[in-house]
Amino acid sequence: MAKKKTIRTIPQARTPMPEQSPEARVKNFDEVACGYRLEDALVEADRCLDCADEPCVKGCPVGIDIPGFIRKMAAKNFHGAYDTITDTNLLPSVCGRVCPQESQCEGVCTVGDTLEPVAIGRLERFVGDMAIREGWANVPYIQPSRFKVGIVGSGPAGMACAADMAKAGCEVIVYEAFHEPGGVLKYGIPDFRLPNSVVDVEIEKLTRLGIRFECNTLVGRLFTLEQMLTEMGFHAVFVGTGAGYPSFMGIPGESLNGVLSANEWLTRCNLMHGRDFPSYDTPLQPGKRVAVVGAGNTAMDAMRVSLRVGAEKVYCVYRRSATEAPARAEEIHHAMEEGVEFHWLTSPLELVGDAGNNVRAMRCEKMELGEPDASGRRRPLPVAGSAFELETDTVIFAIGTNANPILGQTSGLKLDKRGYIATDANLATSIAGIYAGGDIVTGAATVIQAMGAGRKAARAMKAYLGLRDSECVYGRESSGPEDTLFGLPRQEHNFARVHLA
Amino acid sequence: MTDFEIVKREDFSEVTYLLEIAHPAMAKAAHPGQFVIVMEHVRGERIPLTIADFDRERGTITLVIQAVGKTTRDMQQRCRVGTRLHAVVGPMGIPSHIGKAKKVVCVGGGLGVAPVFPQARAYRESGAYVIGILGFRSKSLVFWEDKFGACCDELTVCTDDGSAGLKGLVTEGIRQAIARHSDIEEVVAIGPPIMMKGCAEATRPHGIRTMVSLNPVMVDGTGMCGGCRVKIGEQIKFACVDGPDFDGHQVDFDDLMARLGRYKPTEKAALDAWKDESCRIRGGADPLAPVPAVGGR
Repeated sequence: MAKKKTIRTIPQARTPMPEQSPEARVKNFDEVACGYRLEDALVEADRCLDCADEPCVKGCPVGIDIPGFIRKMAAKNFHGAYDTITDTNLLPSVCGRVCPQESQCEGVCTVGDTLEPVAIGRLERFVGDMAIREGWANVPYIQPSRFKVGIVGSGPAGMACAADMAKAGCEVIVYEAFHEPGGVLKYGIPDFRLPNSVVDVEIEKLTRLGIRFECNTLVGRLFTLEQMLTEMGFHAVFVGTGAGYPSFMGIPGESLNGVLSANEWLTRCNLMHGRDFPSYDTPLQPGKRVAVVGAGNTAMDAMRVSLRVGAEKVYCVYRRSATEAPARAEEIHHAMEEGVEFHWLTSPLELVGDAGNNVRAMRCEKMELGEPDASGRRRPLPVAGSAFELETDTVIFAIGTNANPILGQTSGLKLDKRGYIATDANLATSIAGIYAGGDIVTGAATVIQAMGAGRKAARAMKAYLGLRDSECVYGRESSGPEDTLFGLPRQEHNFARVHLA
Repeated sequence: MTDFEIVKREDFSEVTYLLEIAHPAMAKAAHPGQFVIVMEHVRGERIPLTIADFDRERGTITLVIQAVGKTTRDMQQRCRVGTRLHAVVGPMGIPSHIGKAKKVVCVGGGLGVAPVFPQARAYRESGAYVIGILGFRSKSLVFWEDKFGACCDELTVCTDDGSAGLKGLVTEGIRQAIARHSDIEEVVAIGPPIMMKGCAEATRPHGIRTMVSLNPVMVDGTGMCGGCRVKIGEQIKFACVDGPDFDGHQVDFDDLMARLGRYKPTEKAALDAWKDESCRIRGGADPLAPVPAVGGR
């Protein structure tokens, strides 16, 4: 770098993301955000100050060397940038799209103190997509160990853990109950936000590390966790099954036809291709007036899918105000642009059916915000006499999930009082050799948090197995980016990994 | 793993057929009362089917299927010995609780005859006195009389038209069984919801514990979609992971039946489209005509 950049010398405006127009995109499932072009990426990369304290790295749940990869991008060394990202994050195309960067890396960006923060997520996606286009994949030298590791669930937590264990030389088998791997990335997040083809490419890269995916396998029922450790010869197991089990409100009328969970709606549409019915067999039955309860990312996905399969009106019903909505600002913005009608400070009271047992209306009442509650958010309180009816033929609940009960039913794992798997700080469960992470431990969270948990568990599993592992794989202090290959220092490959059983 | 090869097929009637599928791990893990989710092909839907039998030695599971919708009719035409299904996952659901009851009645109606079989056998193996009651519309639809004969101490076949066995519904069979035996401890009833409702009502005045197996609309079968939620007493349960067996006296059958119809319009459209398609392919032959019972492909 010739001259030290300052806040005054960098490009002042954040480079906008090329997007499909709202009118065009509500008619298709193509991506809304088309991705930076080369020139966009170079301008945006130039906005990074390369500041000394690097708050973005600490803001990233997996600690990507963000200034490092942006520096390489600015120097047009895109393969190098890809190497730097994949030192810590194996799914840049996925995370660049779906991470809530505004509350992570970008939320603490130094540039963001004065201007809009560097668009780190968009740059990460650019690099990831270029790698897919160019067919780059970092297959590191792997020193085989004699350990066999089982991963339960092929979502982001499982993928991240599988990758780390495979790199440590373990034979890794990932079990998935669905007929395709990918978990929530496949069944949950719609194609216009994260194309399933991107997920497939990332999974294919994992198989190049020697990871095997076994679909159609319901662990717990086909075989138990305990059987994996005993009869099946796994030395360690990671459970990343996600939370799953959707919540309903418990108001009258929830069993009417036309009332469903966002999980069901999204799975039918995304994984099962219900939107292409009848050339795919899974029915979707799109509504004309759809009310979605909740204002998280899942709710936004459910609403935007509804618009794309032909709904005339889509309502978002949320009992707090826009400020408290858990969805990413960008998602709410996109939903508004596409024509979703937001009913903030509105809470459903009852679903009203017609003679044919189909939902016909949602009776709601208005709310107002009172004193902050335990979550720190202002508690919504009903406004007396404010009840009204919202005409609707489809009601979708996107109000969160509970723990899936299958592994609790079929194993001796200790659960916490909410039914999630209890772990210690290192994500070890009550059964020696079994680790767990992601939504099944914390409750619903984000893709990158799940990946972070998968990697953290992998570190603990390596320690448990006695596999040589060092902080240099994870901490940047000792891993000079120039001297590592896929997060492992090159010199480490000079030593045989010794394990005395 | 396995590639879900069909190793045996048997046609019980024009609409009912049996498929035996190679899946050694599932044969080893399966218990009475559990079900699988099947996908016929890559564009198929996921349909839940109760495991009608499993053979741990042969490494197979058996499904008995009624050709009623698009997928089940298409499977009836295409599934032959040697062909493969796209996906079979399971065993799902909590296994039936085979208790210490000394005298039980196992009731199967129509297609429910198949899934009640493993329970009848399990009770027999536990030393119970097993009374079997099987209901069919008519004689031509009767199947597995011999299998039940081998594991039941008493067996009554009922037909709606009286063409075989007792003329009448299975509830009549239950009434007669209760009249004959005052010490029946448990009734297991599997069949169409209206039949299970009738069975629950038949036993309610006598206070006999009555277990039913529910088969609502579901997608994943792992507790993730909530499509299979059913009302059990005051509670909402997911049939896939909290069931599929529930106390029949607690089940809200009217709710179940209303919810079963929720994809009727699209299902009908799919079936009509399939019939058209199938007509074209088969040169105008009636797609609903029974498949010739010859083997091979």
